[in-house]
Amino acid sequence: MDLTFLVAGYASGPTLVLDQPLSFWGGVDPATGTIIDAAHPQLGAVITGRILVMPSGRGSSSASSVLAECIRTGTAPAGIVLGEADPIVALGALVAKELYPDRVCPVAVAADYSQAARAESITMDPNQATG
Amino acid sequence: MTVLRLSEADEAMLAGEAGPQVALGMRIVTGLAAASGARSLLDISRAHIDGCLYNGRASLDFAERLTGAQVAVPTTLNVSSLDLLHPDLIQSSPETQQRARALMDAYTSIGAQPTWTCAPYQSLVRPSFGEQIAWAESSAVVFANSVLGARTDRYGDFIDAAAAITGRAPAAGLHLDENRRAEVAFDVAALSPGLKQRDAFFAMLGLIVGTESGKRVPAVVGIDEATEDQLKTFGAAAASSGSVGMFHVVGVTPEAPTLRDVAPAELPTITVTGEMLRTARQQVNAGADSSQLGSVHLGTPHYSISQLDAVLATLARRAVKLDVYISTGRDVLVRWGKADLLTELGVTIVTDTCTYVTSIVDPRSGSAMTDSAKWAYYAPGNIGVKAIFGSMEECVETAVAGRLTERPDQWT
Repeated sequence: MDLTFLVAGYASGPTLVLDQPLSFWGGVDPATGTIIDAAHPQLGAVITGRILVMPSGRGSSSASSVLAECIRTGTAPAGIVLGEADPIVALGALVAKELYPDRVCPVAVAADYSQAARAESITMDPNQATG
Repeated sequence: MTVLRLSEADEAMLAGEAGPQVALGMRIVTGLAAASGARSLLDISRAHIDGCLYNGRASLDFAERLTGAQVAVPTTLNVSSLDLLHPDLIQSSPETQQRARALMDAYTSIGAQPTWTCAPYQSLVRPSFGEQIAWAESSAVVFANSVLGARTDRYGDFIDAAAAITGRAPAAGLHLDENRRAEVAFDVAALSPGLKQRDAFFAMLGLIVGTESGKRVPAVVGIDEATEDQLKTFGAAAASSGSVGMFHVVGVTPEAPTLRDVAPAELPTITVTGEMLRTARQQVNAGADSSQLGSVHLGTPHYSISQLDAVLATLARRAVKLDVYISTGRDVLVRWGKADLLTELGVTIVTDTCTYVTSIVDPRSGSAMTDSAKWAYYAPGNIGVKAIFGSMEECVETAVAGRLTERPDQWT
């Protein structure tokens, strides 16, 4: 898959494709990795261990630290593939990589988002990335 | 990918010449710059940090990596998870409270001011027009850009503090002229002039504009005048339902004397109808149980002096039967000086935090009523409380009567 990495790292696994952008803050419970945003169509889905595929980030600027907390507790996605670059998502993963270098959650932008959104599993490998 | 050009001073910070804390800050600033396609960094003259809200151990682990450094620019602090002036209000565990306090102490130790408010612009010192700043907190960002004409991108946790200790931010996003122009217009000219004078109208309009705009910069046309409180309400709502970091109200906000000043000749335009406002309100209220109202929440974003005065006048010395919480900044509360007049009627004043981000209300107490679209949007996920939206007047009448009291005349 043609990926441009915002936060480099290797991850591979089944996808969880979100129909709408998700704000981690107010949208995900870091203790369980469950989507708790009542307005989100995938309310109740669990992001843990998946390659989270979503069109973009959304909403509150506190989302970065909730993603970092998910990475710390082990409830985070294995990796995140976006349709467009999102600074808030990138920051959460970037800072978590500084704080917990053994628990990296790579973040990348897909050159062809519709391809990513159809994939049942994705391997994120910065050594094979184009960007 | 674009190449990021750093100054000699940036390179020196990155190399650790100003200490490991500043080097960490610079790695975060440059990491964000790369993610946002910036070609260079720019100087910022103020920062507002929202990383002081306790979102788990990661936020504390990060802040403790910064201690020992000092902020490079005047820096204010957003709401925390505690109310240091009214500590008995907080119901979270002693362990969580201890960590939340350690987080607050970490940020004051690097020289940030203990303002503990999401509305730092309500203090006496404000960023000026055109000033480059690094602010976090979505409602403060949108106010600074739109109402003050200062320039900040939509910053959040970590980058806020990284910018504060380095004095630098990526030259990208809303810092730059080309990204501050309107990309979509909302026409409200056909709505009644009376409706357009009400604060609650601005809250519902904000939800609609946020949902429809996404990340685009919206321009609203058809409003002749608006108070700062109304623009604050509007921006906070738009930044909740969408990722709006800046808006224009043509003829009202400083960068948009006319639509042509901020937009191309051809601009996609959405005409806002009364039906859309009613639908927005119904969507907010969905799921809340009006027969089980337990509490009323005002002050998200933190109330200004004029909003506190308006509540006092609407109460007209009547005591409240429901639990009523009003959140405001400690600085505003001191300058207002009339808190006793509210508390003797049974109202609870909250400072340093906000009732939808920390454990103050028992979720088993029932649904809530609020005049804040932002509170209604986030409370169900954050604290497990569903909300009914109403104007401040409807909220006050409900609190006094002890049951839902609506004023349909306010919505036409």
